[in-house]
Amino acid sequence: MENQKLLKARDNWRFFMAFVRKEFHHIFRDRTSILILLIMPILMLVLFGYALNTEVKNSKIAVYDPSRDEVTRAMVEKLQINNYFMLKKVLNNASEAEKAFQSGDVSMVIIFSDNFYENLLHGGYAQIQLLADGSDPNTASIITTYATTILSGYQLELMKTGKIPYLITPEVKLLYNPSMVAAYNFVPGVMGMILLLICAMMTSVSITREKERGTMEVLLVSPMKPLYVILSKAVPYFFLSLVNLATILIISYFIMQVPIAGSLFWLIVISLVYIFVCLSLGLLISTVVNTQMAAMIIAAMGLMMPVMLMSGMMFPIENMPVYVRWISEIIPARWYIEAIRKLMIKGLGFSSIIQELSVLMGMGIVLIVISLRKFKIRLE
Amino acid sequence: MSKRDPIIMPDNTVILAKDLTKMYGEFTAVDHISFEIKKGEIFGFLGANGAGKTTAMRMLCSLSKSTSGQAWVAGYDINRQSEYIKRRIGYMSQKFALYEDLEVWENIRMYAGIYGVPDREIAPRTDELLHRLGFESEKKTLVKSLPLGWKQKLSFSVAIFHDPSIVFLDEPTGGVDPATRRQFWELIYQAADRGITVFVTTHYMDEAEYCDRVSIMVDGRIDALDSPGNLKKAFSAKNMDEVFHQLARGASRKA
Repeated sequence: MENQKLLKARDNWRFFMAFVRKEFHHIFRDRTSILILLIMPILMLVLFGYALNTEVKNSKIAVYDPSRDEVTRAMVEKLQINNYFMLKKVLNNASEAEKAFQSGDVSMVIIFSDNFYENLLHGGYAQIQLLADGSDPNTASIITTYATTILSGYQLELMKTGKIPYLITPEVKLLYNPSMVAAYNFVPGVMGMILLLICAMMTSVSITREKERGTMEVLLVSPMKPLYVILSKAVPYFFLSLVNLATILIISYFIMQVPIAGSLFWLIVISLVYIFVCLSLGLLISTVVNTQMAAMIIAAMGLMMPVMLMSGMMFPIENMPVYVRWISEIIPARWYIEAIRKLMIKGLGFSSIIQELSVLMGMGIVLIVISLRKFKIRLE
Repeated sequence: MSKRDPIIMPDNTVILAKDLTKMYGEFTAVDHISFEIKKGEIFGFLGANGAGKTTAMRMLCSLSKSTSGQAWVAGYDINRQSEYIKRRIGYMSQKFALYEDLEVWENIRMYAGIYGVPDREIAPRTDELLHRLGFESEKKTLVKSLPLGWKQKLSFSVAIFHDPSIVFLDEPTGGVDPATRRQFWELIYQAADRGITVFVTTHYMDEAEYCDRVSIMVDGRIDALDSPGNLKKAFSAKNMDEVFHQLARGASRKA
C-alpha cells in the first residue's frame, strides 16, 4: 500500500519536470521571448541608468549683466564653472533674450538688475531674473532650480563673511508658459504617440491579419493591383488619425489651455507628413512579419518604447549620451514633437520647422520606397 | 502583337505548360513540367505534400514567377501578361479565404466587385446563387457562424461568381466528411457542365476518380498523366491509391 502511494508521488514529480522542461524549450526556442526576457532588462538598466534621467547637464545659458560688479561677475562665474551649465552668450540688452530662445541657442537666460551690488548694500532694488523655455516645463523647472540653488548657495557664503546683508532669491519666469501648465509638456508627446499607434501599429496589424487569414492570397490573385490592396488598408487609419488629431487639438486648446500660438496650417501640414511616415512604418513592419502578434510586438517594442523614452517627450534629449542621442535622431516622433512644441507653444512659424519638416519628409520617402520594394519581392 | 493579345491556342486548350520550372536557390520545387488542359475538363493535380503541386499552381495563377519554362493560361503568358490572366480565373485557397466578420452576401458582393461584375447584376445573381445552394436563409449570417461544409461551398461559389474560364482549387476539401465532399464535387461538376475548366490539387487519392484526367507529381516532376481509368489499367491497380503508391515508392520528398 505504502509503495503504491510513493510511486504516485514520484510519477507526479516526473510529469511535472517533463512539463517544466517543455516550458523552457518553448522559451529558448522562440527568438522574441528571448529578446524580451533576457535582452530587454539589460537594455532598460543601461538606458535608465545612463541615458535617461532627469538630470540636465550642460544646459546652454546666456547672461545679461548691466552691473558687471564683483558680485554679479562672481555669480556668473559660479554658474559657468559648474558643469550643469555652459555659458554660451553674453547679451547686450534684455530684448536679445527672446531671440536667443527662438533660435534655440539657450535654455535659460540670467538677467541681473542695474548696479546690483551697490543696491544690495544700500537696500535698493536688486534683482536676479531667470528666464527659461517654458515649452519644455520639465527641463525648465529642473535647470531653474539648479541655478537658484547655486546662486543662493553662493550668496549665503557672502552673507557669512558679511559681504552682503541679505540674499536675493532669483525670480523665475517661464517664457511661453508663464503658469507652468504641465499639459504643455505631454500634449505634443501624446500627439506623437497616438498617431504612431494608430498609423503604424494598427495598419501593420491589419495587413498581417489579412495574411494570417489567408485572404491576402486571394486578393493577390484578383485583378486588383497589390498597391491598391495596401492602400485600402492604410486609408481608414489615415482618416482615423485625422479625426484623432482634431480631437486632441480641440481638447488641448479649449480644455487644457494649451495654446496654438503659431500657424495652424503648418501644424496640420507637419502632422500630415508625420502620419505619412507612420503609415509607411506600418507598411514596412507588415512586409517583415507574418503574424499579428509579431506585428504588435515589433510596433510596441521597436516603436512605442523608443518614442516614449528617447524622443524627448519625457526625458530631455540634451542630457543623453551621444550614442543615445543619435538613436533619438532616427526616431520620427522626436522631430514631430519638437516641431509641435515650436508651433503650438512657442508660436514660431514655418522657418523654424524647416529642418524637422525636411527630415520627416525624407524619412517618409525612404520608408515607403523600401516597403514597396519589399512588398514586391514577397510577391515572387 | 501587342501585349494585350492572347495567343491562339490549339483546339480548345485553356492551359498549356512547357517545361515549367521553379527553383528556390539550389532546390528544384517544380521540375520541367509540361501538360495541356482542355476547356471544360476537370483536371486533378495529385501528389504527396511537398511534391510541388501548390508551387506549380501558384505559377499558373501568377502568384509567383517561374524560373524557366513557359505556360499560357486562357491564352495569356503567365510571365508577361499576368494581369490579363487574373481577370479570367477564379481561385479558391486552402483556407477558404472568406471574411469571417462579414455576412454571406457581403462576401459575395466584395469579391464580385473586385472581379468587375457590374453593380446592378450583383444583387440578383447573389440571390440566384443562394437559392441554388439552398442558403437563402443564411444570406445575412456572419460567415464565422457557418459550418465548415457550407463555408466550402460558399467559397467555391464566390470563386466562380464572375464566370471565369478556369477555376483553380487548392486542396479545397480539407477537413470535411466524405458526404460533404461528395456534395462539393457536385458543385464542381455543375461548373464544368457550364464550361468552366476546373484545375484542382489534392492529396486525397479517392477524389482522383472524380476527375477527367489527373497528373501525379513526385519530387517536382509529373510522373504520370492520364485519365484515372487508363492509369489504373497501366499500373494494374484497383484504385488510384495503389497507382500513387507505386509511383511514390521511389520518391525522396514525402510530406
